Amino acid sequence: MKITLTLNRKRRTVDVSPLERLLDTLRGALGLTGTKEGCGEGECGACTVLLDGKPVNSCLVPTAQCSGAAITTIEGLAPRGKLHKLQRAFLECGGAQCGICTPGMILAASALPDRPTREQIRTGLAGNLCRCTGYEKIYDAVGVALGTKK
Amino acid sequence: MKSPVRQFELLRPRTLREALTMLHNESGLVPLAGGTDLLVLMNAGTLPRGTHRFLDLWGLDELRSIRRTLIGRRPQLVFGALTTFTDCISSRTVLRDLPILAQAAREVGGPQIQNRGTLGGNIGNASPAADSLPVLRAADTELVLSSVAGERRIPLADYFTGYRTSVRRSDELITAIEVLVPPGKQSFRKVGTRAAQAISKVVLAAIGKRIALGSVAPTVVRATSVERYLAAGGSEFETARELLTDDIHPIDDIRSTAAYRLRVAQNLLGQLPTFQR
Ligand SMILES: Cc1cc2nc3c(=O)[nH]c(=O)nc-3n(C[C@H](O)[C@H](O)[C@H](O)COP(=O)(O)OP(=O)(O)OC[C@H]3O[C@@H](n4cnc5c(N)ncnc54)[C@H](O)[C@@H]3O)c2cc1C
Ligand code: FES
Ligand code: FES
Repeated sequence: MKITLTLNRKRRTVDVSPLERLLDTLRGALGLTGTKEGCGEGECGACTVLLDGKPVNSCLVPTAQCSGAAITTIEGLAPRGKLHKLQRAFLECGGAQCGICTPGMILAASALPDRPTREQIRTGLAGNLCRCTGYEKIYDAVGVALGTKK
Repeated sequence: MKSPVRQFELLRPRTLREALTMLHNESGLVPLAGGTDLLVLMNAGTLPRGTHRFLDLWGLDELRSIRRTLIGRRPQLVFGALTTFTDCISSRTVLRDLPILAQAAREVGGPQIQNRGTLGGNIGNASPAADSLPVLRAADTELVLSSVAGERRIPLADYFTGYRTSVRRSDELITAIEVLVPPGKQSFRKVGTRAAQAISKVVLAAIGKRIALGSVAPTVVRATSVERYLAAGGSEFETARELLTDDIHPIDDIRSTAAYRLRVAQNLLGQLPTFQR
């Protein structure tokens, strides 16, 4: 079936099989491989994208349910050739090691309010697993980018 | 993806009426809401045999609302089946009248799951570990089941007939959840492996002297013996603790053991305001 959606601010029409996962459509037909597959069962958050501004696991979303919706992937977070403030902070604070969790972490963090508390950062990222950093540097990076409340 | 995804079909009704007609006319259609249970099974290749045609509810905006009315002096909250956990967390009405539902919603999965998981799906999935169920059971909840023939209202207490089974016919959808909130202090406690992304080992919700538990029986249960004891003026925790063993029937499974669940359920009971002096 043909589905029209807005991907990173551009209208796109894709032909998908009815229950195809958004994750596979993004990485396949739409050619954006920044979105990662970790577990494929909703546990790890590596596949996080924004659906109408809200973080969702793209491994659990059928593309057909995104008809008319706006999707933001890591490729669409910052204008071409620029880094988003979260991306810069992850670099500066050592918030990324192997990097597989990073696109999902950054998109989940991008939905946080400005000047979040440490607690808000932790709950906002509770659906994202990282096997490398031990999380503290990720929380630091988000705090630096969004400004932390003391 | 361990399922033959190309063989799946998706019907996409534009209205509830159309959805109910499709359910009536075709057999084997499985309702699909936020997909946070169904897509997990689909990814793992563990959908029940013969499941390959789905009915997409996600676009039915008429099932997306939280309304409040008063019945006598009690607030009644009416949730459309597509109300997400995030909707519950951000609803002022829920925070004021049924704060333990917002609390339960905040402890479901992580934000990604809360943004997609729905109340209708939590009930429809019929897991004894579903976190909204003890809250809804501690209140007076009726489910509105709709079909082309009309609506019927089923008390949540009579909805489940056993482990993962219910009275819902295959031509019916859960369309609304009507929750009459009794007076009394509300409490909610969930015990799982960690705060986020963990399915409950034991979950307890209470409103006044009404106590409901999840993950300790084939379906959500009320602690009826304990409630009777409290209603008769009893207040000794030691007695209530023993009575609870009649009300719940925990088992050993991958997440925990029967002994642990009983012990934790008793501890959670002991933390209720009724037993705090
Ligand atoms: C990582 C992860 C963590 C989770 N954590 C929790 C948790 O902590 N607590 C918890 O309770 N759950 C948890 N869940 C389970 C799930 O998110 C919830 O059960 C959710 O409420 C399901 O809603 P849904 O709309 O996504 O359901 P779907 O997957 O769309 O559907 C679930 C079932 O309900 C049926 N159904 C859906 N809507 C209707 C309707 N209107 N009428 C009739 N039948 C219907 C479907 O046919 C299906 O059988 C978790 C899931 C994941 C993947
Ligand atoms: S790949 Fe989607 S949550 Fe892990
Ligand atoms: S940086 Fe490797 S998983 Fe997070």
